[in-house]
Amino acid sequence: MTVTPLPKSLQDTPQLGSWISFASPGKVQVRTGKVELGQGILVALAQIVAEELEVALERVEILPADTLLSPNEGFTAGSQSVEVSGAALRLVAAQSRQALLRVAATRTGHRPEEISCHDGLLRVEGTDIGLDFWTLAPEVDWTQVVDVRTIGRDRRDYRLAGTSTRRGDVLQRLASGGFIHDMAFEGMRHARIVRQPFRLARLASIDRTGFSRRHPTVVIFQKGDFLAFVGADEYAVHAAHDEAEVFVEWTPDPGRKCAAKAPAEMRKEVRKDHAGHRATNSAIRARYSRGYIAHGSIGPSCALAHFVDGGLTVWSHSQGVFALRDQIAACLDLRPLRVRVIHVPGAGCYGHNGADDAALDAAIVACELKGTPVRVQWSRVDELSRGPLGAAMATEIEAALGSDGSVSAWKLSVVSAPQAQRPGTGGYANLSSAEALDPGHAPRHVEDVPELAGGGASRNATAIYDFPDHEVSVSLDTRSPIRTSSLRSLGAHLNVFAIECAMDELAGIAGIDPIALRLRHLKDKRCRAVLNEVAAMSGWRPDDAGGEGRGRGVGVSRYKNKGAWLAAVAEVTVDEAVRVERLWLCVDAGFLINPQGARAQIEGGALQSASWTLLESVPVADGRVPPLNWSNYPILRFSDVPEVETRFIVNENEPPLGAGEAAQGPVAAAIGNAVSHALGVRVRDLPLTRERLMQLLVSDER
Amino acid sequence: MTDGSHAMNGQPRCRINGSDVVLAADEPLLFTLRNRLGLKAVRFGCGLEQCGACVVLIDGEARPSCSLPASALDGRTVVTPEAIGRDRVGAALLSAFELEQAGQCGYCLAGIVMSAFALLARETNPSRARIIEALDGHLCRCGAHTTILRAVERAAEMLGEPSA
Repeated sequence: MTVTPLPKSLQDTPQLGSWISFASPGKVQVRTGKVELGQGILVALAQIVAEELEVALERVEILPADTLLSPNEGFTAGSQSVEVSGAALRLVAAQSRQALLRVAATRTGHRPEEISCHDGLLRVEGTDIGLDFWTLAPEVDWTQVVDVRTIGRDRRDYRLAGTSTRRGDVLQRLASGGFIHDMAFEGMRHARIVRQPFRLARLASIDRTGFSRRHPTVVIFQKGDFLAFVGADEYAVHAAHDEAEVFVEWTPDPGRKCAAKAPAEMRKEVRKDHAGHRATNSAIRARYSRGYIAHGSIGPSCALAHFVDGGLTVWSHSQGVFALRDQIAACLDLRPLRVRVIHVPGAGCYGHNGADDAALDAAIVACELKGTPVRVQWSRVDELSRGPLGAAMATEIEAALGSDGSVSAWKLSVVSAPQAQRPGTGGYANLSSAEALDPGHAPRHVEDVPELAGGGASRNATAIYDFPDHEVSVSLDTRSPIRTSSLRSLGAHLNVFAIECAMDELAGIAGIDPIALRLRHLKDKRCRAVLNEVAAMSGWRPDDAGGEGRGRGVGVSRYKNKGAWLAAVAEVTVDEAVRVERLWLCVDAGFLINPQGARAQIEGGALQSASWTLLESVPVADGRVPPLNWSNYPILRFSDVPEVETRFIVNENEPPLGAGEAAQGPVAAAIGNAVSHALGVRVRDLPLTRERLMQLLVSDER
Repeated sequence: MTDGSHAMNGQPRCRINGSDVVLAADEPLLFTLRNRLGLKAVRFGCGLEQCGACVVLIDGEARPSCSLPASALDGRTVVTPEAIGRDRVGAALLSAFELEQAGQCGYCLAGIVMSAFALLARETNPSRARIIEALDGHLCRCGAHTTILRAVERAAEMLGEPSA
């Protein structure tokens, strides 16, 4: 038998009582370091706990992540929540149940295995024995360490996990408050931050007289290049912020540079296999690219902060409250234990967006207005233009074909702006206002996400296919003046797009059906299964010539090469613009804790990927991001939405795998291949906008 | 100065969720609803009438509230997401959204439900194309569009059933 290592979360926080409490009668209170980002993660975790304890789901209360009270589980990211935190909570709940039963056995003289649990009540041979979890809890030693050998219940006996338990949180918020944006305190001040219009811009002048004449109820707070408008009335502050450029001037400071000490490029070799002969004649050499992508949460970032009695409390929709606490403390010269960060849900989060930036904004103003609670609300323009962006990337593939039409050699190289520059990464704050307070906070070197963590720019850069020669290298463009960080699936979106488009290009040259060529190079059985299934679902026909503005395309990958498998087929029509008519998705994410939740995750990811792929690229000019709103940064609308059909290959004996990011790459690839199938022209640069296609068709006709 | 039957001292009056309200502050309706009346299901999304998160019903029409000045509301009737459950159309929508688990993070939903309400109050059996048309001013970043469309269709079905 293999020894399973203790989940990381439990290595860091080993005591049972740090995770779970039966102190409140009838309730099971669970502390997790994971946070709700809009995907229903906490419902899935509650389901796991309820299942192991055999209690009703309503009894399980997942408490908000709080640096004062919760276990530190790092960031809620990378589709790891169900895999990592779920595994930890399964052990915690199973061990709690066993400990409670042992106490009951000692008290009653029964053997623990004779006692059964019914929603917290204990029975022997079907008869209540007058004991429940809550009366027994005080007799359990909660300081005991969670033991990895604890055996949970058999998944075949699960009643809740594996079923589509409904989320109540969304509906609760639908007709009331409940988002961080809705929090308010007595005597609260509203603040709007006047952000630097480009990286490391210097505040040149403020017309304070003109400002106070026009906005008498709003005060200006300045510290370095950090500038805030503050007042008791939200609309007054909002209106002042709307016309900030009338009163505030910025100037570039040539002395300030980002990543000045870093070499222009940092290269890492990911893979180098040369089993056969090196390729001599390349069949293709192609470069695929995407631009910067905005997170575009519908609710702009928001945070509240209150400095009282020498301590600072911050409410944030951050993905990682502990890292944020440490960086806020460092930026404001406070001891970390003097800062408490509490998570409150924001609007949908798809990576490292402006949430952490807003938290530092509120903290700075709260430290100035000691004793007064402060609320910071970002504007739409700042949310799209001033938060970290998804990295621009280019992936080049050179590949050769053997005489039988199989791929004989494959060389892939990625150049990407930095990924995953989260608070604390590389020892830097990576917070917008940290750089405004002191340009010295700007990172001087950058690193990619380690391969063990799934890679960043290198994520899914290694194709899932078996090629005799397979080389992969990744370089980071370290001098990009644009702030970039983690956006859903990181490098996988473009890398899978590139790999899967190249496979189609090669299939075209070899005269082989694209799915048949993939299957030739696929040993991974579960990958073959999703690919074959999606072909069947979509009625894939190798003899479908496409063209005349209609086409189909396929894309497949295994997320991070160790997560969920997903194959997609897209059907598009191209008239003036591309329209995705239908999408077929087949997924293997192992055992599904909540099938409806997993399906929502997959389909949501697919539509978001369609939006990035068809429409999105931040128009960067001279290293600056212009002010964006929904008219100059359009995203997918209801009228653009395709019909989507999703099928899961479920195997209850396989561990659950995160589903949130599996669709980004394959869906982009399927759309790209479908567009090429429809037009007879290969499109390698994203997004696939009407303008891009027109340019391509015109140049092709020449 | 009194002008007509509604405005007194230049302050517009309107009916919000069944109560008479004097709109004292010269600000867009969104800020009044959220900050003065505590109606926080009306969301701030862009302030530019581009995303639909702040949509409310004004005399039965779905309209963004983020730029609508108080002065334009004199004598009008406003309904926010907090109050739609009182009506059978609204109750059907809320129930259908729950049954379909529509939406993902939920931030855009309140505005979407208001537009769906305005549609279903007028049309008993709208086609999918009509529903898409009614919701096309709303943005959803989670990609939950399909579940939302299914929920509106389900609400229409529920309202068409004789027992509803």
